Amino acid sequence: MADCVFVVAEFRGGDFRRVSYEVASEGRKIADALGVSLYGIAVGSGVTDKASQLGFYGVDKVFVADDPALESYVAETYVPVIASIIEQADPAAVLLAASVDGKDLSARLAARLEAGLAQDCTEVVCEDGALKAKRPIFAGKCLAWCEWAEDALPMISCRPNVMDCRDADATREAEVEAVAVEIPEARSRATGLELDTSGKVELTEAEIIVSGGRGMKASENFSILEELATELGAAVGASRAAVDAGWRPHSDQVGQTGKVVNPNLYIAVGISGAIQHLAGMGSSKYIVAVNKDPEAPIFTKADYGVVEDLFKFVPAFTEEVRKMKSTC
Amino acid sequence: MNIVVLLKQTPDTESVIRIADDGQSIVTDDLKWIINPYDEFAVEAALRLKEKHGGTVTIVSYGPQRVVESIRTAMAMGADKGVLIDDPALEGADSLGVSRALAAAVKELEPDIVLCGSRAVDYDQAQRGPMVAEWLEWPHLGLAVALDSDGSTVTIERPIEGGKVTLEAELPALVTMGGSHAVWNPRYASLPGIMKAKKKPLEVKTLADLGLDPAECGEEAAKIRIVSLEMPPERQAGRIIDDGLDTEGKAAELVRALHEEAKVI
Repeated sequence: MADCVFVVAEFRGGDFRRVSYEVASEGRKIADALGVSLYGIAVGSGVTDKASQLGFYGVDKVFVADDPALESYVAETYVPVIASIIEQADPAAVLLAASVDGKDLSARLAARLEAGLAQDCTEVVCEDGALKAKRPIFAGKCLAWCEWAEDALPMISCRPNVMDCRDADATREAEVEAVAVEIPEARSRATGLELDTSGKVELTEAEIIVSGGRGMKASENFSILEELATELGAAVGASRAAVDAGWRPHSDQVGQTGKVVNPNLYIAVGISGAIQHLAGMGSSKYIVAVNKDPEAPIFTKADYGVVEDLFKFVPAFTEEVRKMKSTC
Repeated sequence: MNIVVLLKQTPDTESVIRIADDGQSIVTDDLKWIINPYDEFAVEAALRLKEKHGGTVTIVSYGPQRVVESIRTAMAMGADKGVLIDDPALEGADSLGVSRALAAAVKELEPDIVLCGSRAVDYDQAQRGPMVAEWLEWPHLGLAVALDSDGSTVTIERPIEGGKVTLEAELPALVTMGGSHAVWNPRYASLPGIMKAKKKPLEVKTLADLGLDPAECGEEAAKIRIVSLEMPPERQAGRIIDDGLDTEGKAAELVRALHEEAKVI
């Protein structure tokens, strides 16, 4: 009989990433449905001091692998360390973050454990003790429900920003157990880590995104979107047309060959709404479209549309946001 | 340098996806098929490695005969040869099964490096590369947006949330490709390239040819399967903010609507 659910937390820059709390919250839900304990796995350098805080989000006990050699995620070192912790127990499921590192880790760990992996899930349900997970395919053009074979260990990576996160309960610290870390001989390593400390919001985790397309006409014109984004605390995205034109870095690209995003608010500026782009942002809670062409397909998906010259409208909108903020 | 690219054929990203009558698969009749864009980036990166170090680029793929066209396209770009694993037992296989088959094919080729997309634009599993590396007991580096090799090691740049990492692996190793068309600029097939591609060697293999038992990597071995598909909720066109307002008036009304109605700002 399975005795636990595992959640694998992600530690970077001295703290757990928010998505780890979402994963812990989802793990708690599943552990409760199955009537088992929720165990956390925390891997990193200097992770011990923070480990008990996973308890705030529902974890009962955290296994900690703390070693300077685990500073950066490298599959070859992380996978055996995490697999050895999981193999000590008889889990009903293993949950991870569908972050950049989390997806890579999940895949290799699933092979190591010969587990069935549902990657980048947006919903998990437990019916009569059996798990079912929903995941977007074709960049969200379609949704797939997955089930596991009876003898399989379900592994689930959770898309950031989607699962409900519990309110932190600071009275609920998790028990912490240090595991003896045996770092295997590795033929791969991280040789450099550069973290952006400018406070720029990551697209896949942003609550508001302001995105520009072909209608922006030039790289320098994105400054008006940057200003609006600063006022809104938003991230700036771009359509493939804007990235292909060299106006924005590839990391800003939203769409089927880019990032799939799910903010509360997506403001599409000068984006006509090609099917590949709509796939990447169609699950946003609210969509605003600003375009001078009233026939642009983006308007068929937008909750609010404005048919205007974006170069006139965006500065006026930024000014109105500023006014609104100063009065409330 | 002996380079292998894992290639999957996927529906064009412009495709409209419809659910088939079985409720578990998509309608494929009228689809246009392309090389998975992330695998196309891998082909480009492989050809650049070959230009620098010499050697061969071998395409390894799986699926039915229609996949041959995509392998030939990669050959027209400059790849030298191909292996297609065409075995009906792989229909319904999960990523574990598919990656086992790919790993077996790669093993026979004894490459120095394997490149493949970090994900495919169809089922977005993002599992194949790391799994193949696990079966080969090789290191893998994921989501490369820059790649270089001196012949004995490979170095990549990997974007992470709020930063980037530089990673290095000793060869043989596997690298999965991230980035976009703008990063990799995959070359087009030239006309002479297309002519030459027709004559390049392409082997078709079954699981048995690779020494694999369909029971170990086919549908019956699958740990996970899709039981149903559904369409995402259809978005309705909302409200066009006009009311005869001027630019400032529309801006003010949009702010009001987002603040008071949607409550998102």
